[in-house]
Amino acid sequence: MSVTTDQRLSLAAVNITITFGGLTAVSDVTFTIPERGIVSLIGPNGAGKTTFFNVLTGLYRPTSGRVVLGDREVTGMPPHKIASLGLARTFQNIRLFNLMTAEENVLVAMHSHMRSGIFRTVLRTSFQRREERECREHARELLDFVGIGPVADEYARNLSYGDQRRLEVARALALRPRVLLLDEPTAGMNPQESARFVDFVHRVRDERGVSILLIEHDMSVVMRVSERVTVLDRGEKIAEGLPDDIKADERVVEAYLGKTGTHGYGEDA
Amino acid sequence: MASVTSATPAPGTTSRNRLAGKGWPIGFGIAVLLVFSLFEWILPNMSGALPDFFERWLPLTVVNQCLIWAIMAIGLNIVVGYAGLLDLGYVAFWAIGGYTAGWFMSGFFTQVKVNVFGHPAVGQASGFHINFWFVLVIAAAHCALWGVLIGAPTLRLKSDYLALVTLGFGEIIPEFFKNADDLDLPWAHHFDLSHGTRGITPIDAIPTGVFHYLSSGVLQIPAELGPFDDALKFLVYSLVAAFAIFVSLRIREGRLGRAWLAIREDELAASMMGVPLMRTKLAAYAVGAAIGGIGGVCYTSAVGGVAAEDFAFSSSIILLAMVVLGGMGNVWGVLTGALVLQWINGNGLKELGNTITSVTGHDINFPSYNFLIFGAILILMMLFRREGLLPETRTRQVLREPERGELESVGADLEGEPV
Repeated sequence: MSVTTDQRLSLAAVNITITFGGLTAVSDVTFTIPERGIVSLIGPNGAGKTTFFNVLTGLYRPTSGRVVLGDREVTGMPPHKIASLGLARTFQNIRLFNLMTAEENVLVAMHSHMRSGIFRTVLRTSFQRREERECREHARELLDFVGIGPVADEYARNLSYGDQRRLEVARALALRPRVLLLDEPTAGMNPQESARFVDFVHRVRDERGVSILLIEHDMSVVMRVSERVTVLDRGEKIAEGLPDDIKADERVVEAYLGKTGTHGYGEDA
Repeated sequence: MASVTSATPAPGTTSRNRLAGKGWPIGFGIAVLLVFSLFEWILPNMSGALPDFFERWLPLTVVNQCLIWAIMAIGLNIVVGYAGLLDLGYVAFWAIGGYTAGWFMSGFFTQVKVNVFGHPAVGQASGFHINFWFVLVIAAAHCALWGVLIGAPTLRLKSDYLALVTLGFGEIIPEFFKNADDLDLPWAHHFDLSHGTRGITPIDAIPTGVFHYLSSGVLQIPAELGPFDDALKFLVYSLVAAFAIFVSLRIREGRLGRAWLAIREDELAASMMGVPLMRTKLAAYAVGAAIGGIGGVCYTSAVGGVAAEDFAFSSSIILLAMVVLGGMGNVWGVLTGALVLQWINGNGLKELGNTITSVTGHDINFPSYNFLIFGAILILMMLFRREGLLPETRTRQVLREPERGELESVGADLEGEPV
């Protein structure tokens, strides 16, 4: 594992701009995640959060700007490459492989770390068998970590909503990520579940050593979990700082309460 | 509702592993030996109605044809069933495999005289005469190469568009062979690659090699399998089919098989989990094409020749029907689907027609209603058993049981209602 020694950043997105046709969705946003940090990205609907997310994961190529993951520039790389270099994510609307078991879901995410190709698999060489066994053990361990070990052999589609969310995290962790992006992870959770989720995020960071970027609408979660909050509004970064400072920031309040008028159409939908 | 919420332990693993585990070769071997001994020893030594019945309803040549179609259906299943890529031009790989056999197992290329453990027919000394078993390997590699070459540009497309382009390739390649008897190549004018519509024939027999010397007494194995050694050919094709099944099952259980499934389920999520889409899809294409090529070699050797007319669009569709009717994604379902459909196609319909004709006195030419009946079967299957004859456990789940989240969103007052 290589670490950026000078800045201790696990991810840096520098001067990111992305335009769709004549529409600027994200404009000159610079954003960093410190090593083992927990940061949040918030903003009203249509602020460009998800677009920005998609730039980080490689779904969109930024019109200008650079994305650096650890010590590697990943701008313009295909998503699977960026993922295998250590950027894992969960989805706003759960996107599990429904007809695969929980364990298989996790194993898919280990694809890029496994070496067995067609011939080794057909011949079932000792290398392949060992790799398969080790990965299964690791998958079980991850499922236990997120607390759904008992349903490892259940199809993902049969899991309860909460367990599906947990499985998404386990699957993302299987990539051995440097950075974990959680896209509205508490959507559909009740207050107690959200509270437990805050502890869970801390546990993931502490025990797995990953940095976490959260997109979240639930302000109580954001304020309790984040070490730093960045606010986007209409594609621009309007504030950045400690949760308490953000709460007091006039521009942020303005953006949320809509003092200046209407906002853009949500691309979050 | 109860059956959905109460988590049944390991639903997929039980039935999946039973067939994918170590046990199947034994069962498969026993089934093959039973059929073999029936046709080799039992029927020839019987008199009365039974040999007659088999001769009419299930002759060995038809069984062999069924097996060869099954090999190709199993190959197509990797592309369609495993990776979820609709391929309407699979016959292209059948053609490439068939012509590979034509080139390397006949006196076609009069310019050369190469013999690698081959068994040239009398008066066919020139040409490539390479042993059938080696040609299987050559054709697999050759088709895998073409799978990658065709796949690389087309697999960037999705769903309907991919299907259309594959359909195009399925038309182009047989058409190419039809017209490839007069190619103007930089190094040779009027180069004949395919004999055009006449096709390449005859094809070398399948050599038995060392088994010829080992055989004795109850089972005499000739040095090569002639036109009347259908029972021994049955063993050969069974072996090749077993190989295709073996490869399918093994890959399915490993890293690549999981990646295919993941792509079939959710392409975007798969790529976000580090699965390289192009490479993984190309692998599916290559493996599927290789098995199709092997099937093509078997087909060519079984009919004793290869001609472009054999590779019609309808063959692609029939193969697809075998996969869908049998149960997409499940090798055993596909095998069953292929055997049943090819039997209907090859012999069943004809005999049914003959029987009805002789009973009722009405002369009905059933084989001419082939596609009508095919279509009817397809429609009935889609109405009453969408998941196929022997579906994959996963697919049955989706079609037979409602999704949990779906049910819970409907609410408590609807619990227990049939969905």
